Amino acid sequence: MPRITVTVDGITYEEEVEPRLLLVHLLRDRLGKTGTPIGCDTGNCGACTVMLDGRSAKSCSVLAVQADECDVVTIEGLGRNGGLHPMQRAFHSEHALQCGYCTPGMIMAAIDLLRDTPDPSDEAIREGLEGNLCRCTGYSNIVRAVRRGAREMSGETPATTPGPASATTSGPASGEEVRTS
Amino acid sequence: MTEQLDAGLIGEKIAESGQLSDPGDGLEVGRARRRKEDARLITGRTTWTDNIQLPGMLYVAFLRSPIAHARITRVDTSAARGRPGVVAVLSGRDFAGEQGSLPCAWTVTEDIVVPDHPPMAADEVRYVGEAVACVVATDRYKAADALEAIEVDYEPLEAVLDMTEALTEGSPKVHEAGNRAFTWKFSGGDVDAAFRDAPVVIERTYVQQRLIPSAMEPRAVVATTDGAAFTIYSATQIPHVLRVMLALTTGIPEHLLRVVAPDVGGGFGSKLQVTAEEVLCLLLTRRLGKPVKWTESRSEGNLTVHHGRDQIQRISVAAERDGRIRGVRVDLLADMGAYLMLVTPGIPLLGAFMYNGIYKMDAYDFTCTGVFTTKMPTDAYRGAGRPEATFAIERAVDELAHELGMDPLEVRRRNWITHREFPYTTVAGLTYDSGNYEAATDRAMALFGYDKLRAEQADRRDRGDPVQLGIGVSTYTEMCGLAPSRVLGSLSYGAGGWEHATVRLLPTGKVEVVTGSSPHGQGHETAWSQIAADALGVPFEDVSVLHGDTAIAPKGMDTYGSRSLVVGGVAVLHACEKVKDKARRLAAHMLEASADDIEFSSGAFTVRGTSQGKTIQELALAAFAAHDLPDGFEPRLDADVTFDPENFSFPHGTHLCAAEVDTETGMVRIRSYVAVDDVGTVVNPLIVEGQVHGGIAQGVAQALFEEAVYDTDGNLLTTTMADYLIPSAADLPDFITDRTETPATSNPLGVKGVGEAGTIASTPAVVNAIVDALRPYGVDDVPMPCTPERVWRILADSGAAPARPAAAGWGGAGESEGGLR
Repeated sequence: MPRITVTVDGITYEEEVEPRLLLVHLLRDRLGKTGTPIGCDTGNCGACTVMLDGRSAKSCSVLAVQADECDVVTIEGLGRNGGLHPMQRAFHSEHALQCGYCTPGMIMAAIDLLRDTPDPSDEAIREGLEGNLCRCTGYSNIVRAVRRGAREMSGETPATTPGPASATTSGPASGEEVRTS
Repeated sequence: MTEQLDAGLIGEKIAESGQLSDPGDGLEVGRARRRKEDARLITGRTTWTDNIQLPGMLYVAFLRSPIAHARITRVDTSAARGRPGVVAVLSGRDFAGEQGSLPCAWTVTEDIVVPDHPPMAADEVRYVGEAVACVVATDRYKAADALEAIEVDYEPLEAVLDMTEALTEGSPKVHEAGNRAFTWKFSGGDVDAAFRDAPVVIERTYVQQRLIPSAMEPRAVVATTDGAAFTIYSATQIPHVLRVMLALTTGIPEHLLRVVAPDVGGGFGSKLQVTAEEVLCLLLTRRLGKPVKWTESRSEGNLTVHHGRDQIQRISVAAERDGRIRGVRVDLLADMGAYLMLVTPGIPLLGAFMYNGIYKMDAYDFTCTGVFTTKMPTDAYRGAGRPEATFAIERAVDELAHELGMDPLEVRRRNWITHREFPYTTVAGLTYDSGNYEAATDRAMALFGYDKLRAEQADRRDRGDPVQLGIGVSTYTEMCGLAPSRVLGSLSYGAGGWEHATVRLLPTGKVEVVTGSSPHGQGHETAWSQIAADALGVPFEDVSVLHGDTAIAPKGMDTYGSRSLVVGGVAVLHACEKVKDKARRLAAHMLEASADDIEFSSGAFTVRGTSQGKTIQELALAAFAAHDLPDGFEPRLDADVTFDPENFSFPHGTHLCAAEVDTETGMVRIRSYVAVDDVGTVVNPLIVEGQVHGGIAQGVAQALFEEAVYDTDGNLLTTTMADYLIPSAADLPDFITDRTETPATSNPLGVKGVGEAGTIASTPAVVNAIVDALRPYGVDDVPMPCTPERVWRILADSGAAPARPAAAGWGGAGESEGGLR
């Protein structure tokens, strides 16, 4: 069986894998990285999106052996020092998730979109997230969240960002109210 | 309290201007609280059923019928048993005697045909995807591999695919008893008189295509036993109903069966079911003594998660020349699929009381025939019967307006119940408690720019613009808050519609709310916290909400039918009031005052006219210590409530859609979409707006994109997300939403429910817009989904060029004649 070396969320693993093992199954079943879910098996829904060497990839459509010598970042490894990535905060702030099943992939795809287009228009966001499906939100709040995330990632603090949203918070401020005064 | 918001875009306000929809009264209810649930969902710390790993766990894979209808003549599992890692291989006959029949809880007529529905087929298969055998192995790949080694011989039988043909003499039969499952009738007023000599009669047939609900999380089941008791984890909306039904189906005693719905990734009705896989996984863990897990692939799910809609609607409307509706007649064929599942036969009947919509009329007549076909059974899908009804009446009213040469909103105004007429008992016998259709419509028209868009439409028609503009109207109401138990009983439903809540004050003054409703994206943990915080005067952060596990929340009726807030949320409020009554008694005792003299405000009980008081937290600790309690006072501050509503609730609203239809390509683009909904009192405007957005998206998806397609042999062609088109962000517009607010009078919160509103309203709004755009071409209907090909073909077949000035340009092409031929 092929032996691969793969770094996932900062930890390096050496694994013997069947050549047919999907990356997403390596992550979920072997490494316990269940934060990355599977939605469709055919690469259409994007729920399983992770960062593979810095670019988004649908981990149901990548073989584990293809990830040999690669750096994988999942939703679980996104925040630094136990904090939240600005895009995670933005999804919370804009109520861009309901059941949350598509959310890990959607956040990963959004971050990748901003790599190419740091200040995207709404249309560019919609086109850019075409490969990630959400059945709950109708996407309006996802578009708003990506806009907000883009502003925060570019260093601009949105006028309405509530106080607790700083990179060192250990989690989203649950129930924090949407108000400034 | 109407017109809660001045500007439409709640989210825009939050994102861009920071203003808020806080009513400013210091109360939690009405605040745009961000969700408590998000913490785990945005960080990947979720517990989806497929995440659960138990020591020694085995994996299950199902072999499924590749034929729509066949007799099973032989199943040979011997070769599969020898495959690596295989623990067991079983076919339907191996489960005989223990698998029972999957339940149907809604036998709508005395003479309904309820066929036996074994979880695993043993003798005959009746749809593609029906399970015929399974492999249990040490990992999921090995289980899937061994399926290939199972041999099944089938003797093909004729597929039954068309409802109309299925009801003819000589049609092949799905079941021995025939293809008619039931015929259900309902009548109010003298419909013959209403149609006799009616100056205008509109008769139309609409097809509600079959849909695949497509929750993002595929179904998954984990079942385990300690040798005496059983636990089943399932991606389900209905852990409580499932527990009862699994006990009845398998004979495992109810008290030895725990059902857990962990994090559940969407449902939309599709997880309101007792599935074959749940029963079989339970039987497998009993047989093998090991934990087992099954997780479906998306293709498996498209084949075997129950489908939605699939009805043929014949609707007739009799009216006066001035537009006043005299009566409505509906004749419905509803495709049951191959079997009756949990509430399959009841779904079309949930629409039976809604075909009159928001309109006054003298008479109404409804007949529904349920038909068996060799397809996946249908059952609840977001709206469940009510989207179908709303579609038919809203399309028909537009047709009436066209026939009379009136504006579609004007015809509606002439017929709708005015706000002064509530409570109003409709021709279908329901009493609508409150509403204000005028206010919602006026608001929607203003946000939409109705008159300006009509002017643009006229201009495009005059110019013969190849891109025509259509305006679609949908003024809907729905019956929500399922449901008063007595009403369900009168409709032959197998259970009640109550909901349960427990509220516990802990010694430190924190609060646990236990709810019997079972969220899967709706945000109960946040909204219930808001309700309890107000009722008890405790901080929002001090409340936690427990749900979805029959060991933690033992009583409940679960989540569907826009019922959670209207029934479950109200139960929480009542339980809080009961806790407060106890706390008042304790406070009176501790303060040496009469309970009648104790006032409650902001979490403190005080003696009227004094500053003497006890906070609810102090009382919680005192009750825990139990050192000084009134005689006969149990040392606890908690309460249970089971709330049974007396009426449905009736959200309503006006949705307006502007659609551009390219007459050369058939492409439809939604240019703007305005939804003004009245869902009564709003507990959390963020959550409400999100529900409306998502609901609209699913309704638009039915109008434009989605259809489960079977070929002429009964094979499902739309088995992947590549074939079944779930809209992406690029396919949908931004939605402009606003609300009016007329509180429900049927519950103390004034809430009406919001989960299904968007889906119910939006489908007819979109199709009305498309038809409106194409009226000049003589088009009066486009069957759903209105794909570019369909629109183009209808234009081609209509053979009609739009009436337009000969001199007008044709998209710059310089032609002055023609149009699409």
